[in-house]
Amino acid sequence: MKNWPLWEVFVRSKNGLEHRHCGSLHASDATMALENARDVYTRRMEGVSIWVVPSTAVTASNPENNGEFFEPAKDKAYRHPTFYKLPEELKHM
Amino acid sequence: MHSNLVQYIYGIADNTLILGQRLGELCGHGPNLEVDIAMTNIALDLLGQTRSYYQYAAKLQGGEATEDTLAFLRNEREYKNVLLVEQPNTDFAYSIGRQFLYDVFHLLLLEELQNSPDATLNAIAKKSIKEVSYHKRFSSDWIKRLGDGTGESHTKIQNAINDLWTFTAELFHQTDADLDMISQRIGADVTKLKDAYYTEVSQILEEATLQVPDIKYFQKGGKQGIHSEHMGYLLADLQYMQRTFPNMSW
Repeated sequence: MKNWPLWEVFVRSKNGLEHRHCGSLHASDATMALENARDVYTRRMEGVSIWVVPSTAVTASNPENNGEFFEPAKDKAYRHPTFYKLPEELKHM
Repeated sequence: MHSNLVQYIYGIADNTLILGQRLGELCGHGPNLEVDIAMTNIALDLLGQTRSYYQYAAKLQGGEATEDTLAFLRNEREYKNVLLVEQPNTDFAYSIGRQFLYDVFHLLLLEELQNSPDATLNAIAKKSIKEVSYHKRFSSDWIKRLGDGTGESHTKIQNAINDLWTFTAELFHQTDADLDMISQRIGADVTKLKDAYYTEVSQILEEATLQVPDIKYFQKGGKQGIHSEHMGYLLADLQYMQRTFPNMSW
């Protein structure tokens, strides 16, 4: 069991919402990963749908590259739609 | 006047209590975190079902009886669970084997019980079917994984199934209280489930590349309150707090 691969678990909390990443777990195959995810992550009624994905299938950005990846966006505030006047009636934007 | 119905309820609810207690023993001791949580989840399902049955039995008895007195203050002989569910967690294969051999029976029983004219039993059965369907999926998947896994896992689960097999016939044994409830159509006639049980169990064992044991000698006694030596230790654990601090609550 120590050699079981790692799986990433995504849970949809209710219909209409997207699946969100909620954690990872070990399992020998996809079926077991799904059952383990059901027991570990949805036993308190957290979900109506589960996806499991082998962690090896995830290609992640390298933290060493954070400078070139993310920092150039910092001073480009004009990319946020914050220069519009919103009607007063519009809330929660 | 309800004594046969109460005994009939014990015959179902004591199984779920004792099996739940056995699974609860594994809390924090499962082979890994995921399986640990899965098995204690099943324990909680079974305890929830037990509470519904005991609340009903306590109401029928009246007087001082509550779900707690039924769970914690009866003597060993008054528990009517089958021998299968009290068998110890010798190793993971035994825990899975015991669960599998009970789950297949449990689901067949509930599918009958949901047609009972007794509104309470019928409602408990309907609610429990979803839970027990999952238990059966979990345990039969593990039977296949262990049976069709490594040489070592195959040997271990085969040994567990061989040892536990002698307790399966008792599932279909009927007491006088059972027969009375069947004649009133309240209870399920489990003898009619026997063929379906052995067919289904054999099918899953074969799928798991395991041998269906060819054993003709079976043990029984639990349903009459005559238990194996394991039961006393189990009850000592289960009842310790209420016996030591009567009426204590959390």
